[in-house]
Amino acid sequence: MVKGTEIIVKALKEEKVETLFAYPGGQAVDIFDALYGVEGIDVVLPRHEQALIHAADGYARSTGKVGVCLVTSGPGATNLVTGLATANYDSVPLVCITGQVPLGLMGNDAFQEVDIVGITNSVSKYAVTVRTREELPRILKEAFYIARSGRPGPVVVDVPKDIQQAMGEDYYPEGVSIRGYKPNESVHVGQVKKAVSLLKKSKRPLFLVGGGVNIAGANDAMRRLAEFVGVPVITTIMGKGAIPSGHDLYLGNIGIHGSYAANHAVSECDVLFSIGTRFNDRITGKISEFAKDAKIIHIDVDPASISKNIVVDIPIVADAKLAIEKLLEYASPLKVEKWVEQTKAWKEQFPIHMKQKEGLTPEKIIRYINENFSRPIITTDVGQNQLWATQYLELEGNRQFLTSGGLGTMGYGFPAAIGAKLGNPDRQVIAISGDGGMQMNIQELATAVALELPLILVVLNNGYLGNVRQWQELFYGKRYSSTCLKYRRSCDRNCGSPDKCCPPYNPDFVKLAESYDAYGMRITKEEEIGEAFAYALSHKHAPTMIECVIAPDLNVFPMVPTGKPLSECIMDC
Amino acid sequence: MEVKKRYISLYVENQIGVLAKISGLLAGKSYNLDTLTVGATEDPTVSRITIGLTIDDITYEQVIKQLNRSVVVIKVMDFSDVPIHKKELLFIKVSSCSEKDKAEIFRIAQAFSLEIIDYDKSHVMVQCVKTEGGNNDMIALFNDTFINRIEVVRGGSVAIEAISTRDQ
Repeated sequence: MVKGTEIIVKALKEEKVETLFAYPGGQAVDIFDALYGVEGIDVVLPRHEQALIHAADGYARSTGKVGVCLVTSGPGATNLVTGLATANYDSVPLVCITGQVPLGLMGNDAFQEVDIVGITNSVSKYAVTVRTREELPRILKEAFYIARSGRPGPVVVDVPKDIQQAMGEDYYPEGVSIRGYKPNESVHVGQVKKAVSLLKKSKRPLFLVGGGVNIAGANDAMRRLAEFVGVPVITTIMGKGAIPSGHDLYLGNIGIHGSYAANHAVSECDVLFSIGTRFNDRITGKISEFAKDAKIIHIDVDPASISKNIVVDIPIVADAKLAIEKLLEYASPLKVEKWVEQTKAWKEQFPIHMKQKEGLTPEKIIRYINENFSRPIITTDVGQNQLWATQYLELEGNRQFLTSGGLGTMGYGFPAAIGAKLGNPDRQVIAISGDGGMQMNIQELATAVALELPLILVVLNNGYLGNVRQWQELFYGKRYSSTCLKYRRSCDRNCGSPDKCCPPYNPDFVKLAESYDAYGMRITKEEEIGEAFAYALSHKHAPTMIECVIAPDLNVFPMVPTGKPLSECIMDC
Repeated sequence: MEVKKRYISLYVENQIGVLAKISGLLAGKSYNLDTLTVGATEDPTVSRITIGLTIDDITYEQVIKQLNRSVVVIKVMDFSDVPIHKKELLFIKVSSCSEKDKAEIFRIAQAFSLEIIDYDKSHVMVQCVKTEGGNNDMIALFNDTFINRIEVVRGGSVAIEAISTRDQ
C-alpha cells in the first residue's frame, strides 16, 4: 500500500517525465514531499504559474513530449488558465496536476479552493477531479494518453489533498480503454483517391499547410509530396517550417500579414489542398472571398476542424503523416509548370522587406539569426515581434519555431524559451519579444539564471505596444490610446508621436537583467548586431538580454485589413 | 440557411460535472438549445442526455462533431433522420378556478387526453405528456382560456429510437 502522492511520482516515472514544471503550495506540498530526492525527474521552479505552464508548453512543442505541470490549488491553478488556453489552441500536449482542498471541504469556499475543472473545461482537452484513491492511477494514465493522442492538447488532473495522502494499491496501469475517446488512427483510402483524382484535374493546385504537419512530424513526407507532384506550398504561421523556408516551391505564409505570393496564390488556385489547419480568421481574410474559385480538400486529425470555418469538398480525417504517406502512394506528378512559374514570379516580384532600410531593424536582426545560427529554436512573443519573425525567419523543420498562434498570448515567448532549452540543452534557443510582452513574464529571468540557461533574449524595444499602435495609426486616426509604454501622468494625454521630451523608457532592461545576475546589452545601430550576439554567445551558463532599440513607428507589412479579401493587401514595403 | 428542429441523444459518463461539461461546451460555442434532459440509464455508470435544438445544417454538423470530441461523451446519436418516439412532461396549474372553469378544464382534459392529477377548491393541476409541439399547443390553449392564471413547468423532451419505423 502506498500514498496517492507516490502513485503520482510513479506515474511521472512510468510516463518517462524527465522535467517537471512545478510551483509548490499548501495543497500540493505532499506531492513535493514525495518528489524530494527522486532521481531522474528534474523539478523546475519558475517564478509564476503562468510562466510555468508556458515553459512546459515550450518544452512540449520543442521536444514532442508531454509537458508536465504541478501547481497548488486556488491561485496556483487559476494562474494556469491562460497557458491552458494557449496550449489548447495550438494543440500542445500537457498534463497539469493541480492540488485541491480535501474532498470534504470542496464546495465550501475553503481557503485557496476554486472549481478548477469548471474553470478550465472550455480551455482544455479534458479536465477531471480525482474523487477516489482507487481511480487515481487510471486517471493519470488516461491524462497522458489523452494529452498526446489524436489532436494533442492540455489535460487538467485535479487531486484533492486527502486523495494525495490516502493509502492504496501500488499500481499504475499499462494501457487505457476510454469508452468516450477513440482517436482516429487510420486513413480512408477512398477519400485519398478522391483527393488525388481532383488534384489530377487541377490546373492551379496549391498546398496550404498548417501546424498539424509540424505536430505530426510529417515535414519530410510533406516536402517529398510537394516535390513529387510539383505543387507550390504556402503555410500558416503554425505551419511554418513544414517544408524548408528556402524551398523552391515555398511561397511563404498566408494570412493578414502573409506574403503577396501566398495570398495571391490562394486567391487564384483551383484546388486548395489543405493539411492540418483550422482555417482561422487570421488566414482567411474575408471568408466569402477565400479561395473562392477553388475546390477544397482538407486533411485534419480533428473532425471538428473540418468544415468549421470553410466548407470543404473532400474531407479526410487522419493524422497528417499517415495521410501524406498514403498520398505519396497514390499521387502522380502534375503538369502545372505554368502555374508554378506564375507563383514564383509573384514571389520574386514581391518579396517581403521592411520599408525602413536604414539603421537597426527587426528584419536585419532576424536575418542575422538566419545567417549565423544552425537550426536554432526560436520562440516569439505576440505582436509585431511575432509577425516579423514569421515573415523573415528561415526554418528547416518542425519543433524549431514556438509561437502562440491561436490564442496570441503575450508573455509566452520568454518562458517558452526556458522550457525549450531544458528540453534541448544542445540547441541554441533564442526568444524574440517586444518590450511589452517581455515585461509580462520578466520575473523568469530569475528562473533562467537559477537554471544557468544560456538563452538569448532579443527584446525589440519600440516603446510601444506596437501591433495595436499600428492599428491605431492605420485605422483609428492615430489616436494612440494606452499603447505608449513611455507614458507618464505628466505627459500630454493626446500625444501623437514620441519626441525628445519623452520621459526615459522604464525599465532599463540592461540594469534589470544585471539585477537578476543575467547579462544585458543595449544596441541602437545595425553594426552592433553581431557584437551583441557574440556577447550573448560568450555566456555559457546565463541568459543574455539584447535590447534592440528600434524606431517607434515601424509597421508590419504586407497587411490585409479586417474584412478584406486576401488579394487586397496593403503592401507599403 | 434553413433551420430545422432536431434531436440528439447522447450516452455520457455518469459522473459529477458531466452535465456542466456538455452544457458548457454548447454554450461556449454559442449553440442555443431548446431543451436538454438527463438521467441515468440501465447501466448506472452511464447517463443519457436528450438535446432538442432548432438549427441549420452546418451548425448542426459542428454540434455533433464537438460533442463527439468530448472525452465524457460515449456515443452521439443523431436523430435527424431516424424514426423516434419523443415526449415531454408538462404540468399546468390553473388558479382562481370557478366551478365553470373546472368543468372547462375537465372537458379540455378529456378532449386532449390530459390527466388531472391534483385539485382543491380553486386550483386544478393538469399533467400533459405530448411532443414539444403538442405541449406548446396546450399551453397556448390554457393561456387563452385562463388568462394570467396558469403556471407552467415543462420537463424537456426525451427521445428514443423507434422499434417500428413510424415517427411518433
